Amino acid sequence: MKARAFSYFRASTVEEALDAHAQGGDDARYIAGGQSLVPALALRLQAPRRLVDINHIDELRGVRREGEWLRIGALTRHCEMLTEPLIAEFAPLLRAAAPFVAHPAIRNRGTLGGSVALADPASEFPAVVLALEAEIEVAGPAGRRRVRAEDFFVDLFETALAPGELLVAVHVPLFNPGQRIAFDELARRRGDYALVGCGISATCADDLITDIRIAFFSVGNVPTRARRAESEIAGSRLSPDVIAAAQAALGEDLAPDDGDDVPAAMRLHLARVLLGRLLGQIGGAT
Amino acid sequence: MSSIMSDLDEADATVRVRFVVNGRKTACDVAPRDTLVDCLRTQLELTGTHAGCEMGACGACLVQLDGRAVHACLMFAVQADGARIDTIEGLSESGVIADLQAEFHRRNALQCGFCTPGMLINAHELLSNVARPSREAIRDALSGNFCRCTGYEAIVDAIAAVAEARAAKAAQGAEGASS
Repeated sequence: MKARAFSYFRASTVEEALDAHAQGGDDARYIAGGQSLVPALALRLQAPRRLVDINHIDELRGVRREGEWLRIGALTRHCEMLTEPLIAEFAPLLRAAAPFVAHPAIRNRGTLGGSVALADPASEFPAVVLALEAEIEVAGPAGRRRVRAEDFFVDLFETALAPGELLVAVHVPLFNPGQRIAFDELARRRGDYALVGCGISATCADDLITDIRIAFFSVGNVPTRARRAESEIAGSRLSPDVIAAAQAALGEDLAPDDGDDVPAAMRLHLARVLLGRLLGQIGGAT
Repeated sequence: MSSIMSDLDEADATVRVRFVVNGRKTACDVAPRDTLVDCLRTQLELTGTHAGCEMGACGACLVQLDGRAVHACLMFAVQADGARIDTIEGLSESGVIADLQAEFHRRNALQCGFCTPGMLINAHELLSNVARPSREAIRDALSGNFCRCTGYEAIVDAIAAVAEARAAKAAQGAEGASS
């Protein structure tokens, strides 16, 4: 239950962090909040020779408007999702998801960038950035680039981050008053990993849904857009028939694994139940 | 020994870290892999912070880092360089949680006591943020604190009672000030 010995470097700039990581070769890890990494080290699931601490890099902090985007620094803690006014105004889906993320003390330390970079398939925030069509800013030896959320989550705990690249910020398109959001998850215990969870961002003209993005998590190796369900809804009013058609379409969108504790059919059923509830909220929010 | 700001320290070398623990400036020599909870318990002999699961699940190791509750098992001592840390010993001595402690005692909100420091630190943060949390909110806040003795009822009762008492006192104070 103790980590293997490693060397430690506290970086104060992104460039310093990249250099320190490069010197560690394949055996270096960045540490942000550490709420997933430190248990993995304690359990020896990972045993890097070097940790590069990014907690003191000013550039990775803070939330600010940049034109039509909200730039959320990678080090923004989960608890800040609940208290930061710019998040409440321009990225309310992140705020709606935050209370479901772990427990208060974990939220005091865990970071948005860490959660997105880890890409745990049972995590809330990766699904939220997918539903928001956010862009992920990363820095690496070859320079900076922005990756669409859709292209970021590749496979189980695997992202578009190349070795040594560092997640710098998450850019979210500004929420506007014509949009509606909903978020919920089903878990056996509060704070536990979700059996299934879902975030929705919809654009409405009166009662007509002109555009809708539905992202599920805990349903497979990566957070997953329910595109067939979305197409059942877009251009329609959220009548019971439309909701039922969207729920039925989830059979084509999602292919959860068959686990001993949660059979695939049960997870799909729960996804349909959850989608029905959330669409009810979207339709009822006038 | 070397500065953590500039050098890539060797894995086995110790690093000097300086922090303010319970209001006192303190320095320790730690290996990078030493967790904060181990440093507090073994080097500073502050054994009120308990090492339970050592993976962030049980909540027995909660301390305040720069005023916020965090798991001392989920950070390395070297990361706390320059930080302010308050443990259950510091909060006890300062008297800020005396009413919580008295109420836990009065209502038998502990048996073996292993979880109690973490419970108190979490309860203290909850009541600092929300003056009168519902029972559901209290349970939610404690969802990362395991107690294997009490069944939680008495713990929730104690925290709810302190919230009521503090609210009543604040209302009295406001009345007194306005009259």
